[in-house]
Amino acid sequence: MPMNGADALLRSLEAEGVDTVFGIPGGAILPTYDALARGTTIRHVLARHEQGAGHMAEGYARASGNVGVAFATSGPGATNLVTPIADAWMDSTPLVCITGQVRSSLIGTDAFQECDITGITIPIVKHSWLVQDVEELPHAIKAAFHIAQTGRCGPVLVDIPRDVQEAALDFEYPDEIDLPGWRPAAGVNVKQVRAAAQAIAQAQRPVLYVGGGTINADACVELRRLAELWQLPVVTTLMAKGAFPETHALHFGWPGMHGAKWSNWAMNKCDLLVAVGARFDDRVTGKLAAFARGASVIHLDVDAAEIGKLRHAEVPVVGPLKDILAQLGDVFEELRDQGVRTQTEPWLAQLSSWRDEFPLRYGQQGDLLKPQRVLEALQAQTSGRDDIVWTTGVGQHQMWAMQYLLCDRPRSFITSGGLGTMGYGLPAAVGAKAARPDATVVCVDGDGCFQMTSQELATSVTEDLPIVVVIVNNGYLGMVRQWQDMFFEERFSQVRLDAGSPDYAKLAEAYGAVGLRVEDEDELDSALAEALACGRTAVVDCRVEPTEHCFPMIPAGAAALDLVEYGQQQAVPVF
Amino acid sequence: MIHTLSVLVEDRPGALMRISSMFARRGYNIESLAVGPTERPHVSRIVMRVDCSQHSLEQIEKQMHKLVNVLRVSELQHGQAVERELALITVAAPPAKRAELLSLAEVLGVRVADVGPSAIVFEVVGGSEQIDTFEELVRPHGIKELARTGRIGLARASATRSDGNRQLVHT
Repeated sequence: MPMNGADALLRSLEAEGVDTVFGIPGGAILPTYDALARGTTIRHVLARHEQGAGHMAEGYARASGNVGVAFATSGPGATNLVTPIADAWMDSTPLVCITGQVRSSLIGTDAFQECDITGITIPIVKHSWLVQDVEELPHAIKAAFHIAQTGRCGPVLVDIPRDVQEAALDFEYPDEIDLPGWRPAAGVNVKQVRAAAQAIAQAQRPVLYVGGGTINADACVELRRLAELWQLPVVTTLMAKGAFPETHALHFGWPGMHGAKWSNWAMNKCDLLVAVGARFDDRVTGKLAAFARGASVIHLDVDAAEIGKLRHAEVPVVGPLKDILAQLGDVFEELRDQGVRTQTEPWLAQLSSWRDEFPLRYGQQGDLLKPQRVLEALQAQTSGRDDIVWTTGVGQHQMWAMQYLLCDRPRSFITSGGLGTMGYGLPAAVGAKAARPDATVVCVDGDGCFQMTSQELATSVTEDLPIVVVIVNNGYLGMVRQWQDMFFEERFSQVRLDAGSPDYAKLAEAYGAVGLRVEDEDELDSALAEALACGRTAVVDCRVEPTEHCFPMIPAGAAALDLVEYGQQQAVPVF
Repeated sequence: MIHTLSVLVEDRPGALMRISSMFARRGYNIESLAVGPTERPHVSRIVMRVDCSQHSLEQIEKQMHKLVNVLRVSELQHGQAVERELALITVAAPPAKRAELLSLAEVLGVRVADVGPSAIVFEVVGGSEQIDTFEELVRPHGIKELARTGRIGLARASATRSDGNRQLVHT
């Protein structure tokens, strides 16, 4: 069918099943926005900053499991997408970014709003294209979607010069594409599965160390079957929160820097660590050489490059996690039917007693609202609801959200893990709401994070994508302040935010949203209830104790077993 | 330890940049690099020499396999591959020294690419060691300029696999 490149782009996206894109127009992508105006089934959500558009696309992808799509113009529009692209790269979020580029004849001349975005993003994309011929455009889009969501998920970028968007072609969307160099692991080595099963069956103290790859692989049902069949304790990383029900008796918390003591003890005192779509991140392991010293490792991952990258795996199994976990489940079903019994009961009892012995604790002294109370109240008000999707920024509030909010379903906790992108939460919430209109989407944010992307309140209000933002407002860059307090002899450097900060409730009202402020614990429950029920975009500014620290904590560079609990901060060694 | 990798890549814009960017980002150093066409249209061969541990080599191979333009990665193992490098060396050669240099070249099978009034350009083809040897021998005469191509290589015709000795496969 004859049409121009911009129309072909939209027809291609429609053919991929895209229902929503997030973006901002500009000079080099005008033909594509003109095509949008001429008609499409795709909803375009107009962000207020391209970074916001990118995080919205990420939130959309994480909430739905589909590829998120962001549009931006050339130059600054494209460079503003760099942070979301890097974020998606670190957290393996499937993302397709479409950027306009200056006309082909101007490329390389330092033209207005020209930048080499494919060059800039090479280290943080799975692949990218600068489309030089309109005939290549449908193939590039087809390949982009294929690559973004096969193997280990991640971001791809398609850069389209303005003249290519305007050029005529006879459009036909390809059924298949030939990518001879893209062969993600598709099969599973049965021998390796057997070896893994044997090691698990023989282990006295096994732990399933579950990472975000499990959610990306849609393997949570298979994970649960395996865990229940052989009574295996499950520890979920920040990226895997919700991959296994957190109210399940076999769930034993979250590992790492601000994970629970019992979880870190489980990880570090086990005799067999089964990594499931996890990558031994430094925030999980602490000092790598001291991590899980007594354990053998089984590493299950779709990405062969993760095997042995940081920790040697005695039994590696490469392939789609859904298949690997299903096959492991089959083996254990056979074993059970043969009368073989799991030996994990004493270990589970030990883990439970550690959990009872070392609960999460924080100080109750003082008149000021404790930030942990905000999270406890949110958990209490939403407990049992299956329509809640949480997003967060990055920092203390994020770690408290990990500790106090209990997620029983995958894709209900959306956060920036690997890159640690402050400002992620609000736009990610808007994207999640676009993906799941029936969900109640709550962004738990910090005041530092909120100020990085608060302009997207306008998107939330005007696009009718109501979300609730709960700001855990301590008037500080709280996590940085905590480090300065603990490791830099209390020399606080550039962390105060309260002086001159706006009244966030009034700011919300200025955007046409509901603004509420909580200063006392007495006001907390009613304000949260009002915000959750109002059906509009709402901001709840919770003024909390400014000097509260987040515990437990594994100091950077320390061994995980040297974790510091609440009340022990005087004993913190310097690393 | 120095490893020689033979990498087949699609001849697409940016393919080499993606590979070199991966090396730079992950902290691996490329000792030498040679890129050229192969017997297949639109497919290039990159032969690269990398000084790294076995563990790093495995990481490099796996990371390269994830690049969409990379078709195949194999390691050329010493003794089972034919490897060649070309060097052009301009050596100061006043008339009094010319005969000595030319006989040295003849003994070592080095060709003369150009002769001028006060210098000779030698063309040395061989393994790195041969080139190093010739370079050291002519150094006392005064090396004015030197250019080396970086090593290229193929598996020996007598080797069992057609492309290198160790096809890198992951389980």
